[in-house]
Amino acid sequence: MRKQQQDLRDRLETEFAEQGAVAVLDCDCVNLTIPVEHWLATARTLRDAREFEFAQLTDLCGMDYATYGQTEWDTERVTGSGFSRGVEGTGLGRFAWPDRPMDVNCEQRFAVIVHLLSIRQNQRLRLRCFATKDSPPRVPSLVDIWNAANWYERETFDLYGVIFDGHPDLRRLLTDYGFVGHPLRKDFPLSGNVEVRYDPEQKRVIYEPVSIEPRVLVPRVIRSDSRYADRDVEKPTDA
Amino acid sequence: MAEIRNFTMNFGPQHPAAHGVLRLVLEMDGETIVHVDPHVGLLHRGTEKLAESKPFNQSIGYMDRLDYVSMMCNEHAYVRAIEALLGIEAPPRAQYIRVLFDELTRLLNHLLWVGTHALDLGAMTVFLYAFREREQIMDCYEAVSGARMHATYYRPGGVYRDLPLEMPKHQETRWCKGADLATRNAWRGGSMLDFIQAFAEDFPARLDEYHSLLTDNRIWKQRTVDVGIVTASRALQLGFSGPMLRGSGVEWDLRKKQPYAVYEHIDFEVPLGMNGDCYDRYLVRMEEMRQSANIVGQCVAWLREHPGPVMVPDQKIVPPTREAMKNDMESLIHHFKLFTEGYCVPAGQVYSAVEAPKGEFGCYLVSDGANKPFRVHLRAPGFPHLAAMNEMVQGHMLPDVVAVIGTQDIVFGEIDR
Repeated sequence: MRKQQQDLRDRLETEFAEQGAVAVLDCDCVNLTIPVEHWLATARTLRDAREFEFAQLTDLCGMDYATYGQTEWDTERVTGSGFSRGVEGTGLGRFAWPDRPMDVNCEQRFAVIVHLLSIRQNQRLRLRCFATKDSPPRVPSLVDIWNAANWYERETFDLYGVIFDGHPDLRRLLTDYGFVGHPLRKDFPLSGNVEVRYDPEQKRVIYEPVSIEPRVLVPRVIRSDSRYADRDVEKPTDA
Repeated sequence: MAEIRNFTMNFGPQHPAAHGVLRLVLEMDGETIVHVDPHVGLLHRGTEKLAESKPFNQSIGYMDRLDYVSMMCNEHAYVRAIEALLGIEAPPRAQYIRVLFDELTRLLNHLLWVGTHALDLGAMTVFLYAFREREQIMDCYEAVSGARMHATYYRPGGVYRDLPLEMPKHQETRWCKGADLATRNAWRGGSMLDFIQAFAEDFPARLDEYHSLLTDNRIWKQRTVDVGIVTASRALQLGFSGPMLRGSGVEWDLRKKQPYAVYEHIDFEVPLGMNGDCYDRYLVRMEEMRQSANIVGQCVAWLREHPGPVMVPDQKIVPPTREAMKNDMESLIHHFKLFTEGYCVPAGQVYSAVEAPKGEFGCYLVSDGANKPFRVHLRAPGFPHLAAMNEMVQGHMLPDVVAVIGTQDIVFGEIDR
């Protein structure tokens, strides 16, 4: 199976190299990153060409790379003043939401990840396309190539705010009617912005700003572990 | 001449046949459906966002609650994703226990499915019979984890603990004593494996009872034959998986084609339908139940012969036993680090899919090396099935919409996540 995946990676590299695609094999399947201009043409070839024949789109989701690699505790330098690293930490939980430090200018923030399945070749493939840098970020829609993309693109639009050009019916799917914001973005707080309660005076359900204080129960840490040091992992912003 | 327009009706979120909270806006020309627009998201709980803020092991409980009728299969996908990134593999006994519980979960799911599908279409007896069998399986869940439904039993590295040596027995009450009590406790005299074996041997007879109620029933056939037909090519285009795909004749089962756990060593068959209508999918799921009982028997036989550990011995991922923690310094430190900070999973991304009873349940996990996931995306099998609802009910009438919702085996926990 590993050999089959390596063959697939080599074939993909030869086929799509001039479109600027990059194929990498990681621990479970081949990852192909395609620039947004060539997204539709590459997808069509992957579905129709005899040697690929990825007939089914299994999954399509969004990614927000804004806080990739950020931690809340400094674990690299353990000095004599060890305890203070937690108290004076720089993570998301230490501040009120408007004051948090966040690298939203990261080079390529939003991406669309697609998982394809080839029944005939018994193979999977992961495609990635970084969205355009406008606001809102845009990606061409895959609905005409694989109909299954319909609701997945609606969900990604709803949760990340990525617009899919060419989608027939791009509206919200999972959030409340009249919800403002894109919940899975890294700058959207976990407890949200509004909360709902029944108001006995107005005799209806009303929306109010949340009253929950943001807090972090387990700080996010990254520990470099020598057991995994020899793995080479594709960095997320390698395009 | 008066203008005639289509009638738009709301099949509201509160509805006994809506299988959870489903809001369908139906545009109808008389009794025939012209267009269906499902509104989902009424059970959206933000599982993916919550999982980003919790250490890996704390999210296993969320996975149970996604497809809340097939719990352990959801856990299995997530736990396999973590194991793939960590580069570990559960010991063989744990793998067999996982397969055993996956198949028991398949039985749980299909029993609920046949009960509720039949109930929606008017056949109420099957529901009661099916839930009687579900009680036995939920007793298995409870014996092994303490919870009847949401077990949080699978952990990265294996399963939480081994099968118990005894099965809990029914107690004497005012309404059940003497000979009645003895019949109830008939299978519970020995170990848990004895109980499961007795259940698996008795199950085909129960399945024949359900067949006798539905399969040759002319009302059942009138309600399900030629309803919701999906051709094989459309099924692939629409992203179907599981019995929806196999009912249309596509031979695709992850347990055979991309085997995981110990499915390669287990002997079973995969039923296929021919026409792609509701009746074929019903037959496919009924036969899958029979095959699942067979697999359960094979797992029990293996587990009897092969005792062993059920967790990887790596103390950096798996907490030590309480006895070790109280006696040994290193174990205490490991216990402390694991239960405060959790283990860090190396950076990478993985998509791990299992053949859940409803179809392919996948977990796409991205880690940046931290003790919490960077992104968890759950690919629910029911999501593309419900998206195809409009296409499947074109030209059918309103009661057929209920039949199609039932045949797609929709559970809102996984669709809305």
